[in-house]
Amino acid sequence: MSAYGRLRKCMGRIPLHVTVLLIVALWLIPTLGLLVTSFRPYPEILSSGWWNVLLHPAEWTKFTAQNYLEVLTKQGLDRSFVNSLIITIPSTLIPLSIAAFAAYAFAWMTFPGRQLLLILVIALIVIPLQMTFIPILRVYNWMGLSGSFLGLWLAHAGYGLPLMIYLLRNFLGALPKELFESAFIDGASYWTAFWRIALPLSVPALASIVIFQFLWVWNDLLVALIYVGGKQDVAPITWQLAQLVGSRGQDWHLLTAGAFISMILPVSVFFALQRHFVRGLLAGSIKG
Amino acid sequence: MKTRGLIPWLYIAPALLILSFYLVYPAIETLYNSFFKLSSLRAPGQFVGLENYVRIFLQQDTLIALRNNALWFLIVTAVAVGLGLLLAVLLDRVRYESFAKSLIFMPMAISFVGAGVIWKFVYAFRPEIYPQIGVLNAARVAWGSDPIAWLTQSPWINNLALMAVFIWIWTGYCLVILSAAYKGIDRDLLDAARTDGANEWQVFWHVILPTLRSTIVVVATTMTVFTLKVFDIVYVMTNGNFGTEVLANAMYKEMYLFQRYGFASAIAVVIFLAVLPFIVINIRRFLEQEAVR
Repeated sequence: MSAYGRLRKCMGRIPLHVTVLLIVALWLIPTLGLLVTSFRPYPEILSSGWWNVLLHPAEWTKFTAQNYLEVLTKQGLDRSFVNSLIITIPSTLIPLSIAAFAAYAFAWMTFPGRQLLLILVIALIVIPLQMTFIPILRVYNWMGLSGSFLGLWLAHAGYGLPLMIYLLRNFLGALPKELFESAFIDGASYWTAFWRIALPLSVPALASIVIFQFLWVWNDLLVALIYVGGKQDVAPITWQLAQLVGSRGQDWHLLTAGAFISMILPVSVFFALQRHFVRGLLAGSIKG
Repeated sequence: MKTRGLIPWLYIAPALLILSFYLVYPAIETLYNSFFKLSSLRAPGQFVGLENYVRIFLQQDTLIALRNNALWFLIVTAVAVGLGLLLAVLLDRVRYESFAKSLIFMPMAISFVGAGVIWKFVYAFRPEIYPQIGVLNAARVAWGSDPIAWLTQSPWINNLALMAVFIWIWTGYCLVILSAAYKGIDRDLLDAARTDGANEWQVFWHVILPTLRSTIVVVATTMTVFTLKVFDIVYVMTNGNFGTEVLANAMYKEMYLFQRYGFASAIAVVIFLAVLPFIVINIRRFLEQEAVR
């Protein structure tokens, strides 16, 4: 190719790069604004836009962690961060173990009504949670479960279960038949085959399901609003942040720091384990 | 392999128990409750027939919610899927593809509440005498226009402003799924079309789009279901005020603010009915996949 031809090709690609970079910038600016603002002193935030800081590096010396300290110690975000962990971990592990057994049965056992039950599970994946709140709340109030961690764990387990069963069952069902058949011929029971074959082989699927559910529960607000029942000592960080938006709606130094604290864990998990997350998305893009 | 007797049921029993208690039984009771006037979670209600449903079409805020959910579904789905598709094709041609993809995908890890705070700040509005601290209004002022109260100007500006947040979060999802499908297209097919004299636009329209059809349907279905249930963004950013109400937020208000549980149940059933066609689509797709196995 002549030098002229190369130059023309290069020039021809400029609109492509400009479009792509523009969209990427558009996607990044809101989060960047949050991050920068969360480190600025309150009076500074109100006197100039955060982008000025990027233009004047001298301003960086004014950065402070004060907002973080205040939102953690005075606005109760330290407690709610811990609560989010207490809620999220069992809410991920409980349904995971229940789903593994069910998915195994759906994939490798024949029993009457199997297909019908699977169809029910698929229908339940996208059922609006609104359909469940009032009856469950009624039972929760009666059993004293509202405003308790146990109530939140079980609710998240129930809501996460259908997608987990569906994804795992598809994964397990796609394993080679011979693997199980030869095990059964050798006299292995279903129980042994589950622990020795199914579970070890489905680690990649389990990983993406764990990430899914973890992000889902950590980021959830609606389920928390319903079952926390206004009890601050079990409320997760999303709940506390939403509260802060309601009560201190113009205090950007607190809101930005608080939002960043609520994001730090899921975003780190996301960047570290992005590959597994994407695999899960590709396998079962039907939850809603 | 035939499994007889109790064994399979032992494996699925815990799942069935939880699913029945948390999803199946409540859904049926909610349907039942929607025909009652119910003002307490403890006392039995009074049968009112279809009154709750009629009320949805008479009351101002639920009417606005119906309109807004329809707009959300149409606009958000079209823009997010369209943008995801465009980006999937464009990013395939640049070397920093995976980097750009990660950045656009990242908002998926952020909660709607967090995203609500991020965007409330983007939309921040102050009277003209103060310096603007929200990016959008600062840009407008620099351009010589007046600042806008993005979240209160009904019906278009504030609803579109809320939808933008949702699009910001979900475009990455559309991009990732569509990009995976796009990379699965045989490159020879595209090159053959180009050799035959098709320009890039024709290649996109006549080769890429038909090939990606089924993936586009899957992605659009997911987006639709999520827009019909949208809650957090509206709750955090406007709480449904200024004509931004949506069904899920209206239901929450009826439950918590007004304790009209029968009416709230009817709203939940309406959301369910809106989602129902997509449940059918999912089941049908599942049966097709099973037939192939």
